[in-house]
Amino acid sequence: MNAPARPSAPSTTARRAPQAIHEGFLAHRRYRWAWIAALLAGSSVLLYALDDPWPRPNGGTALGYALGTLSAGLIVWLSLLGIRKRRFTDGPWSLKAWVSAHVWLGLALAIIATLHAGFQFGWNVHTLAWALMMGVILSGVWGVVLYQRLPRQLSDNRATASERAMAAALAESDRALEAAARPLGDREAALVRDALATPAVGRSLGSRLAGRVPRCGTAAALRALPEGDPELAPLRDLLAARSVLLARIRTNARLKTWLQVWLLVHVPLTVALLAALLAHIVSVFFYW
Amino acid sequence: MEPSEELLDVAIVGSGPAGLAAAARAARRGMRHLLLEKTDHLADTIFRYQKGKHVMATPPQLLLRCDLAFEAGARETVLARWAEDAAAAGIAVRHHAEVTEISGTRGDFTLGLADGTRIRAAHVVLAIGTQGNPNLLKIPGVGAPGAPVVQYTLDDPAAFVDEHIVVVGSGDAGIENALGLAADPAQGNHVTLLNRSADFAKAKDANVKALMAARDAGRIAVLTETAPNRLEAGHMVVDTRDGEARLRCDRVIARLGSAPPRAFVEKAGVAFTSAAREAFPLLSPQFETSVPGLHVIGALAGYPLIKHCLNQGHDVIEFIAGNTDLRPADEPILERVFAGLQPARPVDDWIAFLRARVSIFRPVSPLQMRELLLDATVRRYAAGEVVFVKNDVGASLFAIAEGAVEVEIDPGPPRRTATIGEGSIVGEVGLISGRRRGATVRAATPAILVELPRTAALRLIGTVPDAGAEVDRITTTRLLLQIFQSGLVAEDLAPILETARTVTARAGEAIVTEGETGDDMFVIRRGSCTVEKRIGGRPVFLRYLPAGSYFGEMAVLDGTPRTATVRAAIRSELIRLDGAAFRRLFEARPELRARTLAEMAARRALNAFIEERKDRFGSAVDLYSETAAFLVENGLGEATDALLIDERLCVGCDNCEKACADSHDGLSRLDREAGRTFAYLHVPTSCRHCEHPHCMTDCPPDAIRRGPDGEVSINDSCIGCGNCVRHCPYGVIRMDSPPPRKPGLLSWLLLGRGPGPGEPPKAWAKAERARLRTEAPPKKAVKCDMCAGKAGGPACVRACPTGAAIRVSPETFLALAGRRD
Repeated sequence: MNAPARPSAPSTTARRAPQAIHEGFLAHRRYRWAWIAALLAGSSVLLYALDDPWPRPNGGTALGYALGTLSAGLIVWLSLLGIRKRRFTDGPWSLKAWVSAHVWLGLALAIIATLHAGFQFGWNVHTLAWALMMGVILSGVWGVVLYQRLPRQLSDNRATASERAMAAALAESDRALEAAARPLGDREAALVRDALATPAVGRSLGSRLAGRVPRCGTAAALRALPEGDPELAPLRDLLAARSVLLARIRTNARLKTWLQVWLLVHVPLTVALLAALLAHIVSVFFYW
Repeated sequence: MEPSEELLDVAIVGSGPAGLAAAARAARRGMRHLLLEKTDHLADTIFRYQKGKHVMATPPQLLLRCDLAFEAGARETVLARWAEDAAAAGIAVRHHAEVTEISGTRGDFTLGLADGTRIRAAHVVLAIGTQGNPNLLKIPGVGAPGAPVVQYTLDDPAAFVDEHIVVVGSGDAGIENALGLAADPAQGNHVTLLNRSADFAKAKDANVKALMAARDAGRIAVLTETAPNRLEAGHMVVDTRDGEARLRCDRVIARLGSAPPRAFVEKAGVAFTSAAREAFPLLSPQFETSVPGLHVIGALAGYPLIKHCLNQGHDVIEFIAGNTDLRPADEPILERVFAGLQPARPVDDWIAFLRARVSIFRPVSPLQMRELLLDATVRRYAAGEVVFVKNDVGASLFAIAEGAVEVEIDPGPPRRTATIGEGSIVGEVGLISGRRRGATVRAATPAILVELPRTAALRLIGTVPDAGAEVDRITTTRLLLQIFQSGLVAEDLAPILETARTVTARAGEAIVTEGETGDDMFVIRRGSCTVEKRIGGRPVFLRYLPAGSYFGEMAVLDGTPRTATVRAAIRSELIRLDGAAFRRLFEARPELRARTLAEMAARRALNAFIEERKDRFGSAVDLYSETAAFLVENGLGEATDALLIDERLCVGCDNCEKACADSHDGLSRLDREAGRTFAYLHVPTSCRHCEHPHCMTDCPPDAIRRGPDGEVSINDSCIGCGNCVRHCPYGVIRMDSPPPRKPGLLSWLLLGRGPGPGEPPKAWAKAERARLRTEAPPKKAVKCDMCAGKAGGPACVRACPTGAAIRVSPETFLALAGRRD
């Protein structure tokens, strides 16, 4: 009898908080990594304030070396996310936890590495590494903002349709337009041809980010066809429906492109940072 | 040879695996025997399988003891081998010999054949299976010259080209034949399916869907409410709702079902175990019926598997020949099952012991017990030893053969337990609902428990109706005792349980309706229900009731109208208990009613709370109700564990799909984008591990199992038939062959070799196979296995970077739906 422990009568216990609910990566485990990052950055600031090196705070002091080693370690570990998210090994790891740690520790890194530099900047390979690092962090912040805002818009825009359903609807629209244009004159046929020839989504990154397609044949045909002509009304209706569909497909593509485009900055800058970091460390130890 | 003159040692009726094996043994033993087969070939049931069908050899652990060789393989191979072995043994067969009556007793049986011949034999072995004789198409013109050919089987659908074929019959056989005939348009067949009624209630859903698709595609003409009237040259005349119509027709395939052979067997004087339609003949361990000298083996005896049939054919002849020392072929396996028990006793003694002690085993024949125990575990438990732990996944049933167990109702403090004694069962809720264990169970005293795995337990319930009824009785009694805790004992409930009836509800059907009067109480035996209440004209979702829950008890107590509507979330089975019987109980013991009322105050308080607050319910409650309705509509009512994506977090990276593919032979078992969305909650196309998986419905090699973690997965014995794909209502199984191995991650990352993480494109797989000069492995069914056995749990959830993907059970996500916004 394993029934008794499963009361079907609603009681206060039935109203317990569910065990598993959706929890975003920032809030992962009640902001565990935010606290850890804050602790790390806070204690670095405290140590920096208490430290009184001569002639001035520098990467070469004891605290400077410590903060530098910590920063370098963080940079290498943070960049390993690229491997982690593609290596689907068994084991009790969660990519969400990694991303959470990546974001919060990355933010802490901005403070820790700047303290390591002792606020000394110049036109050299050391400041280059710092600048690249800040670039990576800022692009990461940009990515986090996009990740917070765009998925909801993506879902709203798609409503209940899927990408596949939208593609199928577009193919259906192609067929309907062709059939509707067949009995019409050359001018209308040419307009429909242009509408069908325009790609649903722009080919260039710029047009994808804008969510627009230059010289969209559907829009042009709608403008060119006079309203109120009963013979052309069915064609206009089809074109109007198509433009609504295209707007939805283009918004979908735009949002998806924005969700990815920041990585085009974040990842190459990370590679450059790793190179500059190596140059910084080598130069510090061999040419100081 | 004039058989009627001679007294045979044994006459064997039916040349299926059982009869054929018996004849082969009799021939090898030099007995005077005759194998009577009503058709012109041996093993008709297997002969009638479609061409090339894979014949299974299960159960794998059973040893084969027979003069015919048998291993799994194509129908043709199996039949050819048997024909060869039968000839080598020198069996005597009489074809076209349909036995119409059997009379007499041991030493002097007379068998009357349809052609008037009479055969005398000292012993008779009935191995006629359960198929019976096909019902014939009885209309004028059948068999007339020039009229369409009428046949009752379809061996090879590909054998017919450019024909007008009418299939009569709306069951699975008819639909499958029609689909087979129309499958290849190149054959040019014009296939028409006739159905007397308006719908296809007898057929499997999957078949009906396939038929409707074929009709919509113009490949099959489906005529409903149409019956055949007569055959004419090249035509069939049919009666439609609007009068007669003439169909062009070269061939008729009639699949009208068959008459079960029970009446024939009973006429010979054989007693059955019960009056239930599915009951089997009463048999001794030597397969002897209540008529001395008349033996029944094979499917008719309750053993549909070929291996059992072959062994029984061998054994029954040995018994008839007087070999009383013969131990059944499964003896060594059963000895192992009981090996852990001390003192050592013979298997038969243990079986008798179990049947005497355990109530659900009482109606099971010793032969059926043997089969049941092949898969069972029987062992001793020390007092205090844990049998299973709360929230474990497990769907096996435990029978208490000796001692007692205690169920931990509340771990405390104070700890509360309930004791279940000898002869009863435990763990049946998991079996019925397919859910995790509801409580921890320990042995209360030193105990002997029999653990039946889910499939064996379900087979027991399905094939022995009285055992199924006993399980229902125990389950319902426990539930009632739990509901009406106040001093009620099992004996009080006996009159109520006598009123129990099983009712079936379609998905969405209201079982009780708010505001109506009615005092029956219901227990959900299978499936699940939702409770809703109309507030301000809109239905508000109150809660979700999984299998094993009850409702309607308040009306029983105080006779008030129903306070809420309860609907079946999916097709469900419920046990209905008569309210009048309850009333009589409460009238006889008013103090019981008062106490029960007090104890159930909590449930009533919720309803009162809702009533009081109903004006203040706003859009949040609407959203909750709608979200819950959406989830139920999407089949999550029968899920045990489903993937849900929060679209407010999902960035569309498809890492879940990639992780799935890379953790499973390169094939993804989920489609993130497909599936429906409501209020940012997306139900992707991915297995829900249903309580009662549809995919298991018809898996020939029984390759789909529920695993130790609750996962429903397909093992390597899959033969690629695609039945599960057709049965799954959620489209989460696909047929595919794994791609070749990809280069490692780093060589992709650094050198750009290979297709990268995730399922490789088909083109890459093809090119890679061409490069390696290998063939694609055969396609097999591929579905989510919940990453069973992988440390860390499901890869899709672990690989989600934002926390959008979670896996949950219905209770949790229906609560989740309530907490959103």
